[in-house]
Amino acid sequence: MKLLVPVKRVIDYNVKPRVKADGTGVDLANVKMSMNPFDEIAVEEAIRLKEKGLATEIVAVSIGPAKAQETLRTALAMGADRAILVQTDADVEPLAVAKLLQKIVEEEQPQLVILGKQAIDDDSNQTGQMLGALLGWGQGTFASKVEVDGQAVSVTREVDGGLETVKLNLPAIVTTDLRLNEPRYASLPNIMKAKSKLLAQKTPEDYGVDIAPRLSILKVVEPSKRQAGVKVGSVDELIDKLRETGVVG
Amino acid sequence: MKTLVWVEHEEGQLKDATLSAVTAASKLGEVHLLVAGQNVGDVGAQAAKIAGVGKVHVADDAAFAHGLAENVAPLIAGLMDHHDAFLAPSTTTGKNIAPRVAALLDVMQISDILSVESDDTFTRPIYAGNAIATVKSSDSKKVITVRGTAFEKAAAEGGSAQVEAVSGTGDKGLSSFVGQEVAHSERPELTSANIIVSGGRALGSSEQFHALIDPLADKLGAAVGASRAAVDAGYAPNDYQVGQTGKIVAPGIYIAIGISGAIQHLAGMKDSKVIVAINKDEDAPIFQVADIGLVGDLFKIVPELTEKL
Ligand SMILES: Cc1cc2nc3c(=O)[nH]c(=O)nc-3n(C[C@H](O)[C@H](O)[C@H](O)COP(=O)(O)OP(=O)(O)OC[C@H]3O[C@@H](n4cnc5c(N)ncnc54)[C@H](O)[C@@H]3O)c2cc1C
Ligand SMILES: Nc1ncnc2c1ncn2[C@@H]1O[C@H](COP(=O)(O)O)[C@@H](O)[C@H]1O
Repeated sequence: MKLLVPVKRVIDYNVKPRVKADGTGVDLANVKMSMNPFDEIAVEEAIRLKEKGLATEIVAVSIGPAKAQETLRTALAMGADRAILVQTDADVEPLAVAKLLQKIVEEEQPQLVILGKQAIDDDSNQTGQMLGALLGWGQGTFASKVEVDGQAVSVTREVDGGLETVKLNLPAIVTTDLRLNEPRYASLPNIMKAKSKLLAQKTPEDYGVDIAPRLSILKVVEPSKRQAGVKVGSVDELIDKLRETGVVG
Repeated sequence: MKTLVWVEHEEGQLKDATLSAVTAASKLGEVHLLVAGQNVGDVGAQAAKIAGVGKVHVADDAAFAHGLAENVAPLIAGLMDHHDAFLAPSTTTGKNIAPRVAALLDVMQISDILSVESDDTFTRPIYAGNAIATVKSSDSKKVITVRGTAFEKAAAEGGSAQVEAVSGTGDKGLSSFVGQEVAHSERPELTSANIIVSGGRALGSSEQFHALIDPLADKLGAAVGASRAAVDAGYAPNDYQVGQTGKIVAPGIYIAIGISGAIQHLAGMKDSKVIVAINKDEDAPIFQVADIGLVGDLFKIVPELTEKL
C-alpha cells in the first residue's frame, strides 16, 4: 500500500506573527519557517504504518516555493521514501491545493492520503475534506487513532463532544489531530541519507490545474489589543475584583 | 440572496451553535435551514421556531445519521441549486462537512468568519488569530463556516417557518459510523458558558486537576476547560481543549489556572470579557492578556478561592 503525505511549509509555530504595517499580510521576511506541525504528525503516522508492515512506500508532496524543498527533505529525513515539489511562488488556496493533489493521486494511486487537519498560517482546515470530495473517497478528519485492516481503515476522530470512530473503505483520506502521535526527530545519518532520495520538481502547469485565487485579501490587520490589567495581592482582593464584574455573585 | 444554514443537533436537541450561524446568514439574506439526520422531526420543529427563518428543509434518512460528510455533502450540494450561500457553524461537524460541499460546488470556502462586511466580503482570523484578514470572494456561491463567539445568537423562539421534507442521494457506501465516546456532564457547555475555569500543565495529574478545578467550577456554575498540555498529559479529556486547534470561547469570565499563555492557547480565549490568571511565574505571557492576575502557587490559591467564594 502506498501512502501520500502532503506537507506545507509555514511559519514556525514558536514565532509570533507580525502584521505588516501596510496591511497587506504577515511579515515572513527572515522569519523561521518549518513543516506545519500537523503535517509532521501525518508523516510520523505514515512511517509507523510502514514500520508495521502495512505500507510499502511513502511519497511526500509539497506545493510552494523552491524553499519548500527543505520541508520535503525534512519529511525524507524522518522516513518518507521520495518527494514531489509542485513549485510556485503564488499563494495557493486549499481548493487549488486539493485539485493538484487530486492529479497527483491519479498518477500515484495511493491507498491513503494523510494530511494535517489545518495549516497554522491560513487556519483553513479544508484541504483534506476537499480532496475527499474531488476523489469521491471517504474522509476521517481530526484523527487521534488510525487502524488499517485489510480493505478498510478505522479512524477515531476528536469531535466537540469527545471521540467518534468511523470506518472508511480504502482508498481514503485521513487528517491528523494533535494527539495522533508524537513525531520523531530526524537523526543526523537519516538527514544525510535524505539528501540522496528522489525529489521530483513539477509546476502547477504540468498538472493543468488553474491555481488562480478565488478569494482576494483586501487587508490584514492586527486584532484589537487588550487593555493592560491589574495584579492583585491576595485571594480576597481577587474575589472583590471578580464581584465587581457583576458576573460572580 | 438565499442562504442555507446547517443545523447542528445532538440527541434530538438543536445546538446553540446553529443560532450564531443564523445571525450571520441573516446579514446575507433570506435564511433557510437544513436539518439532516435520522428521526429528526423534533429538531425540525425546534428549528422552525428560530426567529427570522423562512424555511426548514428536513432530510430524514438513516444515511444522514451521525452527519457522515460523505453522505451529507452531496445532499447539501444538491440543495445549493436553489441557494446562494451555505453556512455552517465552526464546530467539528461543520468543519468536517463544509469543505466537502465547497469542493463539490467548485467554490473556495471562507473559514471561521468573524463578520459579514457585504454579500461577498468577510473578516476571518489567520495565524492563530494574530491577524485578521478581510477577504472578498469571487465565487458565485459562497460556502462559509461561522465562528460562534463572533455573532449574537438568534432567538430560539418566535419564528414559525414552513417545514419541507427533502431527500438526498442516500448512502454513498464510503464510510460508516462505528461508535462514540461522549462525556455527559452536568456543567454548562464550554462554548456557551458564561464562566470558564481552565487548568493547565501545572495541575500535575488528573486527580489534582479534578480535585482543584472541579470544585471551583461547581462553586461558580462554570464550565471546565484545559490547555493542550493538560489534555495531552491526560489530566482532562480532549473536548476540554481551548485554543487554535481546540474550542474557541468568549465567556464573561475566563479563569486560567497554571496556564502559561502560549499563542495557540490565547487564540481560543482572548476574546473573553474578563480574563483572570493564576500563575506562579509573574512573567508568564498569560498576564499580558489578563485583566486580573494573581501571582502565586495554585495549590494554595485555588482551594482558598473555592472556600471563600
Ligand atoms: C500546532 C499546535 C497547536 C496547538 N494548539 C493548542 C491549543 O489549541 N490549545 C492549547 O492550549 N495549546 C495548544 N498548543 C500548545 C501550546 O503551544 C502550549 O504548549 C500549551 O498551551 C501549554 O500548555 P500549559 O500552559 O498548560 O503548559 P505550560 O506552558 O507548561 O505552562 C504551565 C504554567 O503553569 C505555571 N505553574 C507551574 N506550577 C505552578 C503552580 N504550582 N502554581 C501556579 N502556576 C504554576 C508555570 O509558571 C507555567 O506558566 C498547540 C501547539 C501546536 C504546535
Ligand atoms: N501548499 C501545500 N502543500 C502541501 N500540503 C498542503 C498545502 N496546503 C495545505 N496542505 C495540506 O492540507 C492540510 C490542511 O491545510 P489547510 O486546509 O490549508 O488548513 C495541511 O496540513 C497539509 O497537509
